[in-house]
Amino acid sequence: MSKKIMVSFKLNGKETDVVVEPRELLIHTLREKCLQTGPHIGCETSHCGACTVDFDGMSVKSCTMLTVQAEGADVLTVEGLAQGGELHALQEGFMQEHGLQCGFCTPGMLMRAYRLLQENPEPSEEDIRYWMAGNLCRCTGYQNIVKAVQYAARKLRGEAVETSHPLMTADTH
Amino acid sequence: MIPRPFEYHAPKTLPEAIALLNEYGEGAKLLAGGHSLLPMMKLRFAEPAHLIDLGKLTELKGIREAGGEIRIGAMTTENELIWSELLQTKCPLIVEGARQISDPQVRYRGTLGGDLSHGDPGNDHPALMIALDASFVLTGEQGERVVPADSFFVGTYTTLLEPGEIMTEIRIPTPAAGTGYCYAKLKRKTGDFATAAAAVTLRIGAAGVSDVRIALTNVAETAIRAIDAEQYLRGKPLDEPAIAETARLAMAACAPVADLRGDAEYKRAMAGEMTRRALTTAYARAAH
Repeated sequence: MSKKIMVSFKLNGKETDVVVEPRELLIHTLREKCLQTGPHIGCETSHCGACTVDFDGMSVKSCTMLTVQAEGADVLTVEGLAQGGELHALQEGFMQEHGLQCGFCTPGMLMRAYRLLQENPEPSEEDIRYWMAGNLCRCTGYQNIVKAVQYAARKLRGEAVETSHPLMTADTH
Repeated sequence: MIPRPFEYHAPKTLPEAIALLNEYGEGAKLLAGGHSLLPMMKLRFAEPAHLIDLGKLTELKGIREAGGEIRIGAMTTENELIWSELLQTKCPLIVEGARQISDPQVRYRGTLGGDLSHGDPGNDHPALMIALDASFVLTGEQGERVVPADSFFVGTYTTLLEPGEIMTEIRIPTPAAGTGYCYAKLKRKTGDFATAAAAVTLRIGAAGVSDVRIALTNVAETAIRAIDAEQYLRGKPLDEPAIAETARLAMAACAPVADLRGDAEYKRAMAGEMTRRALTTAYARAAH
């Protein structure tokens, strides 16, 4: 058994200390020690992206990082996305545009889109599909995820947002 | 999913990293981006007793031009390659290649040096570096040596790297303005390794193709250079018969392994087709 190491990092804005074996994967620390169970595990070959978190300004698959590599890092999970109880534009977009069904890929999708929109606030549909290619979804067929990201991009740019599936508007009553 | 236990080391300088590598010898592995090594450890294909993390060695990062060469630190990530204005302007083949490697998350972590040192014939940078006539700086206790990309890849997962050595820098002669280039990659889906791919650089002179380099991905036990194909094409106009013969000679250089991506015959045929496409695109991009 290898020696345990204390690792300190910032998680959703809070200083966090954990003691881990070097072999512990970041996804397991986040889920099992930090109890942030939004990030999920969908594979063991680094394909699915369900474990994606924001890590020092990068989207990373936390199943393919060791927790010991997070020393001093700034980590954001889906739990840190809403501010003061108000949903982030992406969370609202995924809800309004029906960008999720079972919800298993959603935390990873949101965290990847969060970084994408900071790097490219005005992505084309092709941009969204290309730069979200590290995240698999079994339910949606991706169409509504693209719309959800477009919805959030418009909102974050300060433009008027309109859902492509209006639920109920005043004049339909 | 669960790697075997190991000891973790995070040296702060290159000499410290080399000293650790020598101290722990065969039981030690260098950890770069970790997107080939950790997956192998999670499946217990690799079970190192010591991991030496190069993540703190900022001296191994960066892209600059010096002495007619583009010099790239081995720990530079795929994402940094893609967004480098220097590469976009002076060596766009690397950008085109890197954009076809894996997916965004992997590209934030995976490094150029790791992609090359891994020695996997499925990786894309080996062929790209052969096409660019790159060389690699390998650093050990005795100092540095520089080896050409063209002879670096010895076998599957085997390279010229000796125990105790770290690839520290990749040096690429700055391509002359007007050099045509293309990386044509056939893959089953985004993020997959190539079924077959071809990297081409070429220049056009008065008599036709004045210089050409052709390298192929994942159609032999290492990335390979299609030397006969290059020799045939040099000095000829790039017309349809010349492209067809060059592609045939590239196919003859292949020795693919059958797997879920296809049998040897299919992969060889696709290597020819990727060569044809890469030549055609490189030709269109070259200054005439």
